[in-house]
Amino acid sequence: MNVFLTYTVLGLVIGASYAIAASGLVLTYATTRIFNVAHGATAMVMAFVYWELAYNQGLSNWLSVLIVVFGVAPLFGALLERWVIRRVADSGVGVTLVVTCAVLVGLIGAAEKIWPPGVHQVQQFFAGHGLTVGMVRITGNDLLTVALAVVVGAVLWAFLKFTRLGVAMRAAVDDKELLALHGGRPHLMSSIAWAMGSALAALAGILLVCSQPSELNYISLTLLVVNSYAAAMAGRLTSLPRTFIGALVLGLLNAYASGYLWTGPGWTGFREAIPAIFLLLMLLLMPQAQLRVGRLAGVAGVRTPEMRRVGLASALLLLAVVFGNSVFSEVNVNRMALGLCFAILALSLVPLTGFSGYVSLAQFSFFGVGALTVAKMHSSAPTAVLAGALLAALAGILVALPSLRLQGLYLALSTIAFAQIMDTMVFQNPSLGGFGGSLTTKRLDMFGYRFTSDKAYAILAAAVFCVLGAGVILLRKGRYGRVLIALRDSPAACATLGLNPRLARVAVFAGSAAVAGLGGGLYAGLQNQVGSTNFQFFNSLPLLLIVVCAGVTSVSGALLGGMLLMALNSYPSTQAYLFLILAVAAVGLGKQPNGITGWLFSLRDNPLGARLGLGSAGIARGIATRSVADPGRAGKSSAIDGSVSVGENAEVEA
Amino acid sequence: MTRLDVKEVTVRFGGVTAVDKATISAEGGQVTALIGPNGAGKTTLFNVVTGLQKPTGGRVFLDGHDITHTPTHRRARHGIARTFQRLEAFGSLTVEENIRVAADAVRAKNAKPAKVTRGLIERIGLERYADARADSVPTGVARLVELARALAIDPELLLLDEPSSGLSEAETESFGELLRDLASQGRAVLIVEHDMGLIMRVSDVIHVLDRGRLIASGTPAEVQADPLVRKAYLGEEDEPEDDEEHEPDAEHEPDDGHTLVLPAAGPDDAAALPPTPPVPPASPVPPLPKGPGPESGEPASGGWF
Ligand SMILES: Nc1ncnc2c1ncn2[C@@H]1O[C@H](COP(=O)(O)OP(=O)(O)OP(=O)(O)O)[C@@H](O)[C@H]1O
Ligand SMILES: [Mg+2]
Repeated sequence: MNVFLTYTVLGLVIGASYAIAASGLVLTYATTRIFNVAHGATAMVMAFVYWELAYNQGLSNWLSVLIVVFGVAPLFGALLERWVIRRVADSGVGVTLVVTCAVLVGLIGAAEKIWPPGVHQVQQFFAGHGLTVGMVRITGNDLLTVALAVVVGAVLWAFLKFTRLGVAMRAAVDDKELLALHGGRPHLMSSIAWAMGSALAALAGILLVCSQPSELNYISLTLLVVNSYAAAMAGRLTSLPRTFIGALVLGLLNAYASGYLWTGPGWTGFREAIPAIFLLLMLLLMPQAQLRVGRLAGVAGVRTPEMRRVGLASALLLLAVVFGNSVFSEVNVNRMALGLCFAILALSLVPLTGFSGYVSLAQFSFFGVGALTVAKMHSSAPTAVLAGALLAALAGILVALPSLRLQGLYLALSTIAFAQIMDTMVFQNPSLGGFGGSLTTKRLDMFGYRFTSDKAYAILAAAVFCVLGAGVILLRKGRYGRVLIALRDSPAACATLGLNPRLARVAVFAGSAAVAGLGGGLYAGLQNQVGSTNFQFFNSLPLLLIVVCAGVTSVSGALLGGMLLMALNSYPSTQAYLFLILAVAAVGLGKQPNGITGWLFSLRDNPLGARLGLGSAGIARGIATRSVADPGRAGKSSAIDGSVSVGENAEVEA
Repeated sequence: MTRLDVKEVTVRFGGVTAVDKATISAEGGQVTALIGPNGAGKTTLFNVVTGLQKPTGGRVFLDGHDITHTPTHRRARHGIARTFQRLEAFGSLTVEENIRVAADAVRAKNAKPAKVTRGLIERIGLERYADARADSVPTGVARLVELARALAIDPELLLLDEPSSGLSEAETESFGELLRDLASQGRAVLIVEHDMGLIMRVSDVIHVLDRGRLIASGTPAEVQADPLVRKAYLGEEDEPEDDEEHEPDAEHEPDDGHTLVLPAAGPDDAAALPPTPPVPPASPVPPLPKGPGPESGEPASGGWF
């Protein structure tokens, strides 16, 4: 009984901090329709700022909390909104996810730079105080957490219900133009929402590190997002009361699981997967969305090249690799091969995200399935790589099937849940090396040739990339490519033509996963050993970010993306510059959805226009302008527009 | 020949009853029109027929088979195709590719999708735009692209939601001929239009919806004479109660070629006409549920602020 009570208290306390964090997420989403992937990272950074003030600068605990929650965090949120969020406010789900991913990655990078790894201990609030109910000890810190959650809930509720500003904020999302006509200031609303969201993240972060001091590290607090996503999804991203209930249930589930579930190694994985499973369940319980009609939203895709050009480009790539093999050092040849494996992984996003508009954050999981299959089979036969691709395709089907009716953001979140479940329950399974462990792999032996050297692997990976890349281009030119793009532009119209949108979605997920798995198989051979840490869900965030910035609609974008991802992994010292480039590129996505390569192509196609900032971006702007004059075609151009389009707002009759 | 029967279909959005026990039918070989003021539920009814909207009550039959619960893409394979009031052309594909997607979708039926596509481009007169992206063509053209796309699956039943808005007078003329052509091939054509001139010229049967209810069905002449229909149209701009004084004493023939609606007032008194918006793509589809919910059956152009 006492044990039960203890865990209940623990669960409620954890749940209370989740509730605070999740309410911030809900607030920003409900007001600006932008889902903040970096919410947990904000909490993490703010917890570090708190630590800095209270323990490095010697301010008192309370003063530090006040400074962070009412000063630093809201300021950060408001600046973020002003300089980043506002620029992409009208882009599709894909772009906003990528941009907030960029913020997340940037925040982690910054935290690591400013507070190098080390012990960052914090004291509990009211240390030594507390009360004892029966045999259960409730610390002052616990009480504070719960009390603050109650206060936050009450204040938010009253704010949104009764204050003019709060009511206006709820209206801002429904109709920005309408609000503006009434003298409301939508930008102000969204600034305030982001400031408040950031403050709530900070509060939750500080409370979490104070109750569990071990939490003050870069990743685990950032991962808090998954918990708050799950709670926020229980409130369908709009209802605060349901979010609170969701958070408490999740906290209790976590606590009971750590108290009562078996402690065997397999179960550890399950326990860690609980938030992700909860998230997935919440998503699957979402009410069925009707196919949305009413938009003519084209995206400014890049021109598909002639096959002759593709052949030429392939030959050039192979030549470049051969040349690289002869001039690079051993290490750099390995890196080049690694970059090519990543390029294959990036290529898997082209049909999925670039053509079809589905945002997947599970690509590294598919990559991992391919790699671990090869490792587990411990074979040097090419069939092992193919088996890995096949298994990855099955995993892709597994992702696509339950989420068939999910669109845009919800689909993306379900891929996060899947990736997290794969990570904790499958990849960290002891038979696959366990957490931090690894399996050794063999190098390929094919056509009577043993690919023992990295040079041979680089050429192999380049050849595979060329073949798959040509395949993707052929796909785009052919019947299925047209269907994928048609499905992205208008699923409803496709259905009325007799095309089964679900079948196509499963197929493209399976195909994309197979390509990623193939890349993983090659990667496994190249690396000689692989382990679960290589395929964490977290890796998929920079992957998506980089590939989308590089250009997810083109094969060359995938190549560039793969190389950038390799650079990010292999040259930690360049990270800062890379992030800078990515940040600029990510914010630029609002204008040039085809990323860096898209921009380069537009330079080539239209040098003068490009210098004036036109090019494909100009086309996109043209559409946008027209849509103002022409109610028949509301909609936005974005290569990876999920489904939530601006077209859903009413046009205001002037 | 094909036959569509919509029986007692009701659609509610929260508190708003968009379609209220409507019963209509359309037959092969005929052009059937569905008319009514803004917000009458015409588009919603189309969505029910194509399976994009689940009805709250009632059934839909195609050739006597109950298709109420058949998914949209299967209905298409049974021969239902449509165009959309709010454009749904595939914006990032070219006009030709738009049609090709549809032609490919029914590969089993037509062995030569490329030829079918070229044929339709010529028939609808889209040659000039074939290689243009669908999001770059004028609205009227985009509607024709949707029409060609729908025709590419060789439908038995064709639903057209305000297809002529954005067309010039001459284009509307030949568009009417095209409709008659399609019907004479044995297809059932069901059309929603605000252009009464066109409707009166081409349709065999007209159904009139008002606030979700079917208030009249019959030949163009019958419908024009129907007092309920006149009231519904007049009631749009005026108070429904005191519309007596505006009732004209003599019946006017609808003026050909103009977006003239039922003979409410003199042909020059455009302001009193039902609120067909002046911009080509008629009224915007009401927004998705938001805040307090959409105004019940009010025309979008009236009483917003
Ligand atoms: N998705 C929806 N959610 C809520 N209400 C809706 C929805 N779609 C339509 N409505 C409501 O249903 C009613 C009928 O709308 P519908 O679009 O079918 O009318 P319509 O006859 O096509 O009008 P119009 O001539 O303007 O195209 C309107 O009152 C509208 O507000
Ligand atoms: Mg309509």
